[in-house]
Amino acid sequence: MAESIRDRVAIVGMGCTNFGELWDKSPSDLVVEAAYEAFEDAGIQPNDVQACWLGTVADTTSGMAGLGLSAPLRLQYKPVTRVENMCATGSDALRNASYAVAARVCDIALVVGVEKMKDTGQAGLAVTGGLPSANVAPNATAPGMFAMMATKYFARYGLSPNEGKTMLAKIVVKNHHNGSLNPKAHFQREITLEQVVNAPIIAWPLGLFDCCGVSDGAAAAIVVPADQARKFRTDPVFIKALQICVGPADGTVRSDYDYTHVEETYRAGLAAFAEAGIKNPRHEISMAEVHDCFSITEATIMEDLQFSPRGKVREDVDAEVFALRGEIPINPDGGLKCFGHPVGASGLRMMYEMYKQLQGKAGARQIKNPRLGLTHNMGGQPPACTVSCIIAGLKA
Amino acid sequence: MTGIISYGAYIPIHRMNRAEFYRAWGGFAIPGETAVASYDEDTITMAMEASSDCLKGMDRKSIDAVFFATTTSPYKERLGASILAAALDLPPAIRTMDVTGTLRAGTTAIAAALDTINAGSAKRALVAIADCRLGAPSGDAEQLLGSGAAAVLLGKDNVIAEIEGSSHITDEFSGVWRTDSDVFVRSWEDRMVLDKGYSALLPEAISALMQKSGLGPEALDKIVFDAPTNVMRHAAVARKLKFDAAKLQDPMVLSLGNTGAAMATMMLAAALEEAKAGQRLLFASYGNGADAFVLRTTPALEKLGGRRGIKKHLESKRMLANYETYLRWRGIIPLESARRPEQSATSLSSLWRNRREILALYGARCLNCGTIQYVNPSANFTTGVTPIRICAACQSKDRFEPYRFADKKATVFTFTQDNLAASTDPPVTITVVDFDGGGRGVFDMTDRDPAKLEVGMRVEMTFRKLYSDRGIHNYYWKTRPVRCEEN
Repeated sequence: MAESIRDRVAIVGMGCTNFGELWDKSPSDLVVEAAYEAFEDAGIQPNDVQACWLGTVADTTSGMAGLGLSAPLRLQYKPVTRVENMCATGSDALRNASYAVAARVCDIALVVGVEKMKDTGQAGLAVTGGLPSANVAPNATAPGMFAMMATKYFARYGLSPNEGKTMLAKIVVKNHHNGSLNPKAHFQREITLEQVVNAPIIAWPLGLFDCCGVSDGAAAAIVVPADQARKFRTDPVFIKALQICVGPADGTVRSDYDYTHVEETYRAGLAAFAEAGIKNPRHEISMAEVHDCFSITEATIMEDLQFSPRGKVREDVDAEVFALRGEIPINPDGGLKCFGHPVGASGLRMMYEMYKQLQGKAGARQIKNPRLGLTHNMGGQPPACTVSCIIAGLKA
Repeated sequence: MTGIISYGAYIPIHRMNRAEFYRAWGGFAIPGETAVASYDEDTITMAMEASSDCLKGMDRKSIDAVFFATTTSPYKERLGASILAAALDLPPAIRTMDVTGTLRAGTTAIAAALDTINAGSAKRALVAIADCRLGAPSGDAEQLLGSGAAAVLLGKDNVIAEIEGSSHITDEFSGVWRTDSDVFVRSWEDRMVLDKGYSALLPEAISALMQKSGLGPEALDKIVFDAPTNVMRHAAVARKLKFDAAKLQDPMVLSLGNTGAAMATMMLAAALEEAKAGQRLLFASYGNGADAFVLRTTPALEKLGGRRGIKKHLESKRMLANYETYLRWRGIIPLESARRPEQSATSLSSLWRNRREILALYGARCLNCGTIQYVNPSANFTTGVTPIRICAACQSKDRFEPYRFADKKATVFTFTQDNLAASTDPPVTITVVDFDGGGRGVFDMTDRDPAKLEVGMRVEMTFRKLYSDRGIHNYYWKTRPVRCEEN
C-alpha cells in the first residue's frame, strides 16, 4: 500500500524575487536571489544542500538541464534535476524534491523555479519551439483557449456578456487590491470595475485585465524531513497533500467535455483533500493561491475545488467570499494576475505566500489565524491540463 | 456519348465594390463588383470547393482522372491535381494533370479529358478550373480581374450534356502574359490585343465548329463563351456571328470580374443551372487560340439535383470593408509583423505522415465503443496524438475504422475572437464544434462576420491554406458559417 506524503516533509526556508519586467536581471541573477533568500531563511549554507530540483519551462531563456541551477549557484557537484510540466512546473519540482526527502534519500533539498519571459520582444508567453509539426493547429493564443471557457460559461449559465464580464471583473478587482498590498508584485495598483469591463479585448470575451501578467522572476524552497524541521526553525510549514493530475487531453476529441470546468483541477483537488483528510474544503481550507492565469480560470477553479457549487461562483464573487477579509481568501498576494507569472516560478511563488501567511509574516495582507493553505498550479489549456494541488499547514 | 455528368462552381464570399479602387487611385471607375479570394484561398482551395460542389451526390470511387487547370497555380513545381485528389479522398491509381499557361487552360483540360475518356484510358474525369490573377495596383486590370472556380465531371454514363463536337485553334499571338516571375498581368495595347486576338480567333473557332456540325445560329439555345477585359467585345463577337443576344450567357464581369481560365466554365455552370433537357449549347473559350464545343443537354440534367453553382454563390456574399483589406489579403504591400512567437517550422514529414487526417479530414470510429473522434495532427497542439491508437472514450487499442469529417456539418459548442493571435484577417476566430453524427474538433473559422458568432450556430468545413513556410503551403480545413442558406 502506497503511503501518503502527509506530514512527512516540511519547508524550512523560502525565497522569492520581485516579479515583473526585470530588464536588468538575467535568469541566473534571479536564481541566485531566490536561492540565497531561501538559504538565509532556513539558516543553511549552499553546500548543506544534498540534492536540487530546477523548474523552468522556456529552455531558450532559462537554460536546459540541471546546469541552469548548478552554474548560477556554482553548486559543487550536486545531483540536480530539471523539471518541466508546463505552468505547473514549480509545483512539480517541489513535489519531486518532497518525494526524495520523504524517501530519506536526501535530508536537505533545494527547489528553484525560474523564468525569464521578457527577453523575447514579444507579447504573451515566450514558450516556443518544439518539434517542427504539420502546423495545422488552431491559431489560438493562451487567452483564446481560456476565453472559450468564458464564452461557454456565459452561454451555459445564461449570463449576458455584461453580466459575465462583470462577474469576472470583480475577481480581477479583488486580485489587484491584494497586489496593491504586495511589495514584490508585478502590478501594485488598484483598478476599478469599469476599467476592467471596458478594457480592450484580447480574446473575446476576455479583456486586457482578465489576463495575468507576463513576468520575470524566481522562487525557491528548502525541503527537509518533517521530524528534522524544528531543528531549522520554530515555524516550519508541513506538507499535508501533494497531488498532480495530468489529463488525457481528450476534451477537444470527446463531445461530452463541457468547457465550463477543468476535470484535472477537480480530480487534483479531490486527491489532495483526501490526502490531507479534508471533508469540507470550503470550511477547512483557510486560504488558497490558485492559478488565475485568466479571470475565468479563477472562477471555474472555485467550482472545481468545491469552494463554490457548480454554476454558482457568481453568487460567492458578489458576496466577496474570496476577498482578503472574506470567508476564504483567494490569491492574497495578488495571484498570477498581479504578482505575475514567470512560468516555472509560479508554483513556488504560490507556496511562498502560503508559507508567509501561515507564519504570520504576510504584512498588510496577513490573514487572521490561517490553519491550512492550498496552492493550485495549472499548466496547459483546457481541455489538456496538468494541475497540481498542494496543501500545507503549520502543525504536523 | 461522352459528355458532362455533373458540374459545380465556386465564388469566394467576399466582393469588393469597384468604387473602392477609384477611391484609392482615382482615374476611371469601372462599375460593379469583383470577387476577392480570401487571404486563405488560392486556386487549389477554390478548385476544391468547385469540385466538392460538382461531386455532391456523386460516387467518388469511380473517378479515375483529375485535371486541374489554372494560370495561377500556387506551385510552379508540384502537381495541383494530386493535392486535389488527396483532399477529395480519391484513390491514388488515377490519372492526374495540371494544365496551365493559357486563359483557355480550362477548356483545354476539358478537351484532353474527353480524349482520355474516348480513348478508354479513363472512365470518369474530374476537371477543376480556378484562377486568381492580379492586376498591378491602380490599373484597369486590378479592377476587372476576379477570382472563381468551376468543375465538371466528364464520362459516358448518366451524362447531363453530351458533347457533340469541338473545334480548336492555336495561335502564337498573346495580348496578355506573365513571365515566370511576374506577379501582375502584363498586356499589349488594347485595340491590337482584341482585333488580332479575341475578336478574330474566337469567331474563327466557333464558325469552324458550326460549319463542321452543320448548325446555324438558330440551332443554338444558349451561347456560352468568355469575355475579354473589354466586355463590349463579347457582345460584338456575338453580333459578328449573328447570334441572338438574348441567348448569350452573361460573362458576369460586372458581378464578379474576369475569372481568367475559369470564366468560360463558370458561365457554362450558370447556363446549365437554367437549361432544360434537349437544348443545344455552344461553349467556347479564348486564350492563345480558341476551343469551341457543341453540347446537347439530356433528360438527366433535370434529375441532377441542385448545386450551389453560380446563382447561389453569387447571392451569398459579404462586402470587403475597403481596398486596404484587399492589399493586405493579396500580400501586395509589406505589413508590420505581430510581436508574437514566430510560427514554428512546418514539417513536411509530419504533413506527409498525417496526409489523410490533414487533407481529407479523416478521423476514426472506435469499433469497440462506437465513439467517433478526430484529432488535430499538430504535435505542438495539446491534443496532437495521431495516428489514433487508443480510443479517447474506452481506451481500447488499435480497433478503429476510418471516418471522414470533411462533408459533415457541425454546431459551434464554444468560440473566441482572438485579437492577440497573428493573422491576416484579425481577430482569429476559433471554434470548438460538434459534428453531426458525432465527433468534436477545434478549428479556425473563416468567411465569418466576427459580430455574428454565437454558440449553437451551424457551420460546415472548408479547405483552406493556413501558412506558407519555405514554399510549403499547408492546406487544412476550417469551419465557416454554412453558406447559401443550406442548413
